[in-house]
This record gives sequence, structure tokens and C-alpha cells, in this order.
Amino acid sequence: MDDRSPPRTGAELQRSGPQGGARRRPPGQQGGPGAGPAGPRGARALPYLLAAPAWLWLAAFFIVPMGAMLSLSLMDGDSVQGYAPAWNTGVYAEVWAAHSGQIARSLLYGACATLVCAAVGVPTAYWIAFRSRRKGLWLFLILLPLLVPFVLRMVSWQALLADDGLLLGPLKDLALLPGGARVLTTAPAVVFGLAHTFFPFMVLPVYTVLARVDGTVVEAARDLYAGPLQTLLAVVLPLARPGVAAGAIMVFVPAAADYVTAETLGGAHTAVVGSVIEDRYLVDHAYPAAAALTALVLVLLLAAVIAAVRVPAVRAAVPEGAP
Amino acid sequence: MNGSGRGGGQGSGTGTAPERPRGPRRRGGRSGPRPARGRRMRLPRRPWGGLGVAAVAVWMCAPAAFMAVFGFNDAAGRYNVTWQGFTLRWYRDAFAHADLNRALLTSLAIALLTMAVAGMLGALLGLALGRHRFRGRAATEAALFASIAAPEVVLGAGLLSLFLALNIATGFWTTVIAHVAFALPFAALTVRARVRTLDPALEEAARDLGATPAAAFRLVTLPLLAPGIAAGGLVAFVLSLDDYIVTSFVSGTTTTFPQWIWGSTRVGIPPQVNVVGTLLLAAGLALAAGSALRRRRR
Repeated sequence: MDDRSPPRTGAELQRSGPQGGARRRPPGQQGGPGAGPAGPRGARALPYLLAAPAWLWLAAFFIVPMGAMLSLSLMDGDSVQGYAPAWNTGVYAEVWAAHSGQIARSLLYGACATLVCAAVGVPTAYWIAFRSRRKGLWLFLILLPLLVPFVLRMVSWQALLADDGLLLGPLKDLALLPGGARVLTTAPAVVFGLAHTFFPFMVLPVYTVLARVDGTVVEAARDLYAGPLQTLLAVVLPLARPGVAAGAIMVFVPAAADYVTAETLGGAHTAVVGSVIEDRYLVDHAYPAAAALTALVLVLLLAAVIAAVRVPAVRAAVPEGAP
Repeated sequence: MNGSGRGGGQGSGTGTAPERPRGPRRRGGRSGPRPARGRRMRLPRRPWGGLGVAAVAVWMCAPAAFMAVFGFNDAAGRYNVTWQGFTLRWYRDAFAHADLNRALLTSLAIALLTMAVAGMLGALLGLALGRHRFRGRAATEAALFASIAAPEVVLGAGLLSLFLALNIATGFWTTVIAHVAFALPFAALTVRARVRTLDPALEEAARDLGATPAAAFRLVTLPLLAPGIAAGGLVAFVLSLDDYIVTSFVSGTTTTFPQWIWGSTRVGIPPQVNVVGTLLLAAGLALAAGSALRRRRR
């Protein structure tokens, strides 16, 4: 590569980037008219000018809102009188006492969905990476649901899994299932829906990692008489671990915080914390409690991710696995 | 192989991470896992793995297939759950629900605005991240990943808290602001990935031929970047059209397409929703097929 641009050394690239490097050409070569005195200063300010609008947007509408949420959570008052700034930390204990059940359930559903995605996703990614002729087609089929709006996907599952729907109806007609059997409103239905929603986010990072693995390694396992299962457990899984770790974060965090799935496929006994947050904000207008609950969920999810990232294999993988 | 620092990973179009130079490997084709190619023949062919992955694909596509098929269902009652015969009625009357149309148009308007703003800001940021070293670059990338990883409930609740604190009434424009905020990082990372595949020698060549920096950028770099910028905008469009959770926090009385579907679950979803969903899916499939065809031709 380097032979195409001899005056550039790696160190020079490091120091100056493409813009700066160009003006380091020896004088005497025709340095275009625009590369005059305005060049150097403009080039140095350029990245900041390019990044500034996005910085402002993200600061105003991603970082400041987190602060607004924290300050809102400490306010005092009620939904009729309005809320005034205060230092009401007691609200955190209140919402924890009232909703620890839903929080625990959300984390449990998220963890179960992550396990399902890993258990199904790793063999799938392995097969696509090493065994299939049409990798692009298979990956596309796994990504295809993303072309249907999330709510519509969940509503379709709701209809498919309905008590007399396409899946349960025939089984009941054949008396393979008792007439009262149902899938909807159960916890497994919620986990199943979460796993379906976030499955691509497990397959993609695992596939990305496996696609870089030398296929001969797997072949060597075969030559040493490892069976398919042994190959998967002893060779592929250790190689795929960074991808699995990245995928686990990308499945667990949104799955634990999702509430649309629980509201469409679940029932009264599967209420998750996201539903409570939405109700508190939009129905009860109990803003401090809602904000405190959200902050609590955020801290718990962050703690889970940080705990996961401390595992060295994950640390190596996170920048690669993120979309 | 030592010199393949910047331009070597040109083919890794799918991931955002730059291809790391690796040990003793042949220089491969444009993309995909190189080592497996050509060695596949020696592996014994077992059908079970393929069947399993086919089952996974069926699982993934089941709701989309259900949606498409039941757009043709001659459903009589309130619920479109069991098959009752083929009809084109819902396609003929696809736009018979005035409020569904309004929600759809609202969604499309928000998605277009999101595409324009997030696509543009994301492209500028992606350009800065992809080809410049500057103070705060690492922090910016960390913030982008944090915003992508942040759960939607938290984003929505935070934005609503901000709007409440500032006494801003929620509605159409707060929804656009929120959508830009969560779509921008995706657009920026898409453009950054594209920028990293560009060979800096191309722009240098333009400069050597006497082009000003601005002209070299406009005539050489920008056309090469255009697919990345378009992809970033498209990602923003799709994310916006798809979003339910953040929207439900910040949209006030404005109703988007996903929210209209949600609202009608209790009274029974009209089959027109399936029709509209199928049309969106068909548009997505057509786009994907078009880009796949173009890639093959190249």
C-alpha cells in the first residue's frame, strides 16, 4: 500500500491525517492555489466544525436529558399542584419497594432471552460462517424482520400464538393439546418474543467474529475426529466468545428494558418495569417516581454491562461488536 | 502484508470495525470469510445443520409472512387471526381509514425529517471521525456507543423529563428531535465505516493534479462517500419509522403509524395495517434486491 504514496510515512499520517499530510509536500511542487495561507488553520479547525452540530445535538438531547431526569426524580410535589425542585431522595426507596418485583422480572426475562439467543444464535452463526454457500441470503433472512415495524411484528406474533390461532388451533383440533392450553399471557411467550426481536443482534457479532476465523481450525478438529457437537463446544465456542459477549450486551440491555413484548404477548403476571415507567409518566403524571424508577433501571443495566465488560474477553470485543 | 494498514481492509464493508491485519493469510477477495472458501468441499455434508438454520430463518420470518398473508384474508369479525378465504378487498380499500392514513403520513414525515437531519449531522460527524484526529474523538465515539446501547425507555424518559423541565409541549417536533437523537449515532457510524474504506491516495492524486482541497473533496471524496451517506440516511429513516417506545414518551397527542397499530390492538387491528406493513416490507425488499444487484454487477 505504501508504495503508492511514497512521501507519506505512518508517523506522518498519525500526526496530521490526510489533510495535513497533503500540505507537507516539498515546496516547489505546484501546491494548488487554495492550499495557500488559509490552509493550515482551516484544516486544524475542520474536524471540530464537522463534529460540532452532532455534538450539540447529542449533548442537548442525550446527555442533558439524563441530568433533567435525575433532577426531576428529586422533585417534591404532586400531579395536581405541580412539582418543585427539592432534594427528595426518599423517592428511590419508595419506587424500589413498590416495583422491585417488576425490576427483577425484567432482568430475568432479559437474561432468559439472552440465553435463548446465544443458544440458538451461536450454532446458526457457525453454520452460516463455515457451512453455507449463500451466506448473504441467510443473513438477510435473519435481518428481514427488521423491515417490519417492531409493533407490527409483535402484533403478528400475538395473532399467530393466539388461543385459536394458526399454531395452536390445529394442534387443538387434532387433540394434541388440551383445549384450554395457551401460550399468550405466559412468561415463556414473553421470553420467546424478546428472543425473536433481538436475535439478529446476537447472530451478527458472532458471525463477524467467526468470519475472521481460519476455517482450517475447524477442519483440524474434524481431522482429529471431533464430532459436530464436540467441535462446536471445544473449538467454535471459545473462538466465538468475544462475539457472544458483545451480542449478549446488545440483546440483554434492550430486552430487559423492553415492555412492548410483555404487553403484547404477556399478561397480568408478566408486567415489566418499562410498563410501570410509561404509566407513571404518561398516565399518573407521577414524574419524580417515574424518573427515579428510570434512573434505577439505568443504573442496574449499566452495572450489569460494566460487570460483563470487566471480563477480559468482552473488553476485547466490545468496540468490534457494536453496530 | 505488512503494508496493508489503511487500504488493506477495503472489502470489509459490513462491519464498522477496521479489518485488523492478520498473520499468514492470503490476500482475499472483496468480502466475506475468506478461509472457508474453497475448503468447503472437504467437509462432510450433513443436512441437519442446514435444516436447523432453515428453521431459524422460518422463525425469524414468521411474523412478516403472517402479516403479508393475512393482508389477503377475508376476515369478517374484529380479529384477523384465522384464515377465512382469499380477498383483495383490503388492497382495494388500503387507504380507507382516514386516521390510519394520517398516522402513516405523520410517520413518513417524521422519518423523512429524521433522515435529512440525522443523515446530514451524522455524515459530518462520521467524516470527522473517519479521517481526522482531534481532541474528544475517543469521547465522541464512546458517547455514540453509549447512546446506541442506551435502552429506549431511558432515552424516552430522559427526553420527556427535559421537555417537562423546559415546559415544552410534546408533539410532532419533539418527536423529530428525539428520533434524530437516537438515529444520529447510527448514521455517523455508517458513514465512518465508509470513510475508512476510502483510499486517501485518491484525494491526494486530485491534489497533485492541481485541485484545491475543496474541489478534491467535492469531485473525488464526496462521490465515493455518497453510498455511505445514503445508507446512513436510510438507517435513520428505518429506525424512525420503526420506533414505538421513545415516540410514545415524546409524541404527546401526535400519532405515528406504530402508535396507531398499538392503539387499535384493543378494538381489533384492521387488515389494512397488514397491507400497509406489506407495502413497506416490499419497498425494503426492493431496495435490498436493487443494492444486491448493483453490487453483483460491479
